[in-house]
Amino acid sequence: MSQTNADSLEQALEQHRHEWVEKLFELGRELKRDKAGLVGVMLITALVLMAVFAPYIAPHDPTDQDLTARLAPPVWYEKGTLKHILGTDHLGRDVLSRTIHGARVSLWVGAAVVLLAGGFGVVMGLMAGYLGGRTDAFVMRWVDTQVAFPGLLLALIILAVIGPSLTTVVVVLALNGWMVYGRMTRSAVLSIRQSPYVEAAEVVGCRWPRVIFRHILPNLTSPLLTLGILEFARIVLAEAALSFLGLGIQPPATSWGLDVAMGKNYMFMAWWLVTIPGCAIAVTVLAINLVASWLRLISDPQEREKQFARHMAGAMRKKMHATIKKELEAP
Amino acid sequence: MIGQAKNATSSPAKDETPDSPLIQVKDLGVVFDAGRAGFWGKKRLQVHAVENVSFDIHPGETLGLVGESGSGKSTTGRAILGRVPVSSGRIFFQGKEITHAGKEAVRTLSRHMQLVFQDPYASLNPRMKIVDIVAEPLLVHGLVKNIKAAAGEVAQLLELVGLPPDAGARYPHAFSGGQRQRVGIARALALKPQFIVADEPVSALDVSIRAQVVNLMQDLQARFGLAYLFIAHDLAVVRHISHRIAIMYAGNIVELADRHLIYESPVHPYTKALLSAVPVPDPPVQRARQRITCPGEAPNPMNPPAGCRFQSRCPYATQTCRDTAPVLTRRRPGQSAACWNC
Amino acid sequence: MSASRNVPLLEVRDLVVNFYTRGGVVQASRGVSFQVDYGQTLGIVGESGSGKSVAVQAVMGLISTPGRIEGGDILFQGRSLLDQAGKKFVREVRGKDISMIFQDPMTSLNPVFTIGTQITEVLRHHMGMTRDQARRRAMDLLGLVDINAPEKRLKQYPYEMSGGMRQRVMIAMALACEPQLIIADEPTTALDVTIQAQILELLTDLQQRLQVSVILITHDLGVVAQLCHRVAVMYAGRIVEVGDADQVFASPVHPYTKGLIRATPRLDVVTERMVSIDGVPPDLISPPRGCAFSPRCDQAKKDCLRAQALTPLGDDRHVSCWCAIKGDTR
Repeated sequence: MSQTNADSLEQALEQHRHEWVEKLFELGRELKRDKAGLVGVMLITALVLMAVFAPYIAPHDPTDQDLTARLAPPVWYEKGTLKHILGTDHLGRDVLSRTIHGARVSLWVGAAVVLLAGGFGVVMGLMAGYLGGRTDAFVMRWVDTQVAFPGLLLALIILAVIGPSLTTVVVVLALNGWMVYGRMTRSAVLSIRQSPYVEAAEVVGCRWPRVIFRHILPNLTSPLLTLGILEFARIVLAEAALSFLGLGIQPPATSWGLDVAMGKNYMFMAWWLVTIPGCAIAVTVLAINLVASWLRLISDPQEREKQFARHMAGAMRKKMHATIKKELEAP
Repeated sequence: MIGQAKNATSSPAKDETPDSPLIQVKDLGVVFDAGRAGFWGKKRLQVHAVENVSFDIHPGETLGLVGESGSGKSTTGRAILGRVPVSSGRIFFQGKEITHAGKEAVRTLSRHMQLVFQDPYASLNPRMKIVDIVAEPLLVHGLVKNIKAAAGEVAQLLELVGLPPDAGARYPHAFSGGQRQRVGIARALALKPQFIVADEPVSALDVSIRAQVVNLMQDLQARFGLAYLFIAHDLAVVRHISHRIAIMYAGNIVELADRHLIYESPVHPYTKALLSAVPVPDPPVQRARQRITCPGEAPNPMNPPAGCRFQSRCPYATQTCRDTAPVLTRRRPGQSAACWNC
Repeated sequence: MSASRNVPLLEVRDLVVNFYTRGGVVQASRGVSFQVDYGQTLGIVGESGSGKSVAVQAVMGLISTPGRIEGGDILFQGRSLLDQAGKKFVREVRGKDISMIFQDPMTSLNPVFTIGTQITEVLRHHMGMTRDQARRRAMDLLGLVDINAPEKRLKQYPYEMSGGMRQRVMIAMALACEPQLIIADEPTTALDVTIQAQILELLTDLQQRLQVSVILITHDLGVVAQLCHRVAVMYAGRIVEVGDADQVFASPVHPYTKGLIRATPRLDVVTERMVSIDGVPPDLISPPRGCAFSPRCDQAKKDCLRAQALTPLGDDRHVSCWCAIKGDTR
């Protein structure tokens, strides 16, 4: 008897294994209804694809110099050529190719920093919030100190010591950005640890790492996801700023921030040198923000229901009235 | 003072059941720190959540613990489970003292003592499947290696609480309040405990479902010889499941008696008030009922009055009540109360 | 507002309310009709998800997205609150002639204003009183709900009061504009038993003295027994039985009413085991066909698959059950 029960439980588990695919589809359907979110997701997908396949998409190598075609204007100007659709810079490098390759740096730095800072900050916040006492005091004073310390100064010190490179940029930005995750996680943990299911886990005999990672963390995913994505946008801007200041990505590598910095000397002769990488930064940040605000909407169950009701009420009403009518006519 | 209370309270259960008690609570006191009085205040505020509470619970017995919000009933239950620091008094489990058990000891004890929660919605992790929830105790105590190995056990537990085995594959939100409470009971039973603290397990459920859960708990008790501390906020539900009932008011037990004695011949004025406060679902009877009202509300636990805690609401309060706190004394076999005037 | 007395104070006719959720259409109210006469107390009893709160929320105009009122009518003194012409009338009536007491007084009182400010605000807004008049009236009101030292209480903030005291303040505010109808949605559920007894006593006393009509929403049959003249039992978005409280309690007809009365533990009757109603509460997204209670009913038969409207049984009693009606005609 019990064996058959166990079997049917296993069967049921097997059947429900692929539930998440359905959930993903549902999310997709809902995304279709939110135009702004859809635009954001499409833009980001495009950017990611662009970054991944940059060598195949870009018409030129971003570092190839063509001194005969220096400061060529975009194609729609009289002097523009199809060879350099968005013109060239002062060394004759193709602006379009540089912009495409620049996406690689921006997105890579953004993702790496969010993962590093987020991972560290969340673990710190979880421990501070759950363990409390001295751990909490230590972590929080550390956060306070670091928040009070000017981030740019810290960046300068580290960069001066180690010297600028892609890795240094990631490390510097992660060191400067983890506090916000720590604080947010801690405050969320403080409220979640009061909930009965956390107490239930403790009563049952779970040790603290399991309580934290199995019971508390999964229930923090939606606010953390929103925060991570917003931070991503901030990091893209910060990387551009560092590179603009000459502290970030170093030539011959490309970065949007670097391109803006180099283009600013030629701003009045060749506006495209500043504008095009600038627009790339702006579009990326906008897209990320659109996705973040959509995520915030759907991670709030109440708001999600309302959103749904507004879109679907009419159609569902018609369908329901039809079924009611059918049922009334049937007998 | 401890000696005095001991004399008075160890007596009631002794002459009823000869076997040794599973749980013994002696003069339990729990004091919570509530910060300072005012921003600059030097005096530390203290909440006397539980004071001088003594009782014992035998194997297979249910003690109903009844009190209103702030009476300290939940705190008492959690103190036994080692989840609340005890300020004074002692707690024994199977004769061994567990009052100040450390973290690991409490973890070991969790195989013998479990908790069933009030809120069936908040007490199940919304991100875990039922099978994960029920198998978790087995997993964390190393009784099974992984969820797959626990499937048989989980299916059996689900069957025991009246749920179909394929329920394990679903998430809590797919279930109604009553079903969720069954899951909570299955989780508590997974480690085969001898003692379960049930913290208002049916208060959040619909009337038609309450009886299902109470009856289930009674059946499980009969089958496994479980002992329950059944916490409730009124006297209507505990009647069916309890063997003995303790009434708490403002951190004290004011009356402790066999079930029928509480309902048929209550002694303490607060017990009487509590009994008459529950409306009877029969209009003519309810209208004709003579109600013993107690005006006002429970005292502030940070600043309780001297003497009897119930004096401010008691119709029979005298000067003695205002001066000295009464202790639980025996009134008749199987019934003791803490009152000067009755 | 001079309605003739032969029109009921409030009449709800075939009210249909749906909630459009991602899981499907929740049919919270599936054709609810009831009426309340002058000076009468109607208890609406039901379990969670029976639609009892939704019905009165519709009266108070509190249904908002994702909910929608999709059918039926609500008439106050013979005038519709739902049609286009009723819009202005609604604003006059709600809060003044119809007032509401909520379950949790802490969330319905504004924590940043004193009790006095909140009561006088209502009085000045709806009754056009001056500051002084409103203050005096507020003191009277607090006296009416047995609050000592009203002068002092008016200056207090909600957090300074206990739950029972806050509920008294809520009742005082509900009485402020001399309403003809008070809707109390689980007014004592959040309170301790001894405090519940006090509040129920107060409500009973006020109802008799002021001759105000009351709709009491509750899941507790004991509360109905104390307070109500008539009782309506709801299940799965429909009223299954309605009638004089004494009679419904003495001889319930619908199997659900019977089950509910048996399942409510009584302190004055000794039973060994608690009686339950088997099965689970209905899912309002796809409620059972016909009688929604039939899957849990031990007398269910084929007829129950067809819906049965509320049928009068005489003595003001209406029941929607095939068995009951057959039994009656036999």
